[in-house]
Amino acid sequence: MGQRERPLSPFLLYRWQYTNTLSILHRITGVLLSAGFLLLVYWLAAAANGPRHYARALDCLSSPPMQLVLAGALWSFCFHFLNGIRHLFWDFGAGFELRTARASGWTVAIGSVVLTALLWFVLRHGLGAAA
Amino acid sequence: MSLRSPLGRVLGLGSAKEGASHWYAQRVTAVALVVLGLWFIVALATMDGLGLDRVRDWLRSPLAAALLVLFVVTLAWHTILGLQVVIEDYVGGEGTKVTLLVAMKFVMLLAGAVGVIAVLSIASGAPA
Repeated sequence: MGQRERPLSPFLLYRWQYTNTLSILHRITGVLLSAGFLLLVYWLAAAANGPRHYARALDCLSSPPMQLVLAGALWSFCFHFLNGIRHLFWDFGAGFELRTARASGWTVAIGSVVLTALLWFVLRHGLGAAA
Repeated sequence: MSLRSPLGRVLGLGSAKEGASHWYAQRVTAVALVVLGLWFIVALATMDGLGLDRVRDWLRSPLAAALLVLFVVTLAWHTILGLQVVIEDYVGGEGTKVTLLVAMKFVMLLAGAVGVIAVLSIASGAPA
């Protein structure tokens, strides 16, 4: 028997496209949000610990590297939130048509960026008012 | 050659039959988090600054404190379920996998407990 072409696993065969990008981003943002959850707890614990700790926590959170982390966490939240709703619709068997899935995918991608920019503006204002 | 009967060899193999409840819990916590996450973001965005006095005023309302406790608990739960799947999918060695799973659950449960107690202590207005 000569070497025959064997079937390949889908991940070796498939062309990279927007659908699997959104799919893996859901996982990646989920993992990032685990770190975001720890930050939320840090913020709450600082508030419970009193003014001195709270002021130090706000100082730490408003440093440039942490601002980058917070912006990333905010975008992860917006993306995971919107794409999660998309997944919930799929769980009910709705929205699988190629056109619908494509449209909802773009809505999530663009919507997450717009929502992040909007919330960043509002929340940064709040952080500024606190400091 | 094995002295075990064919039936004895196959009993206890296969899935642990808990996959469906894991899948379902992931979805139910997701639905809850859509509501709670929306509430949390709107609450933060409409608060007049994130100063400590504002946060204390906010959490002195029993409803706000209750929703925030539920938010923290549901987040911890949803995070544990999600990270469990990620670890199971990408970590190969059995020893590393189990160690990571247990460590992850310990960290997330600790964070959840700290979060809940922090909210309750702010809500009770205990002077720090």
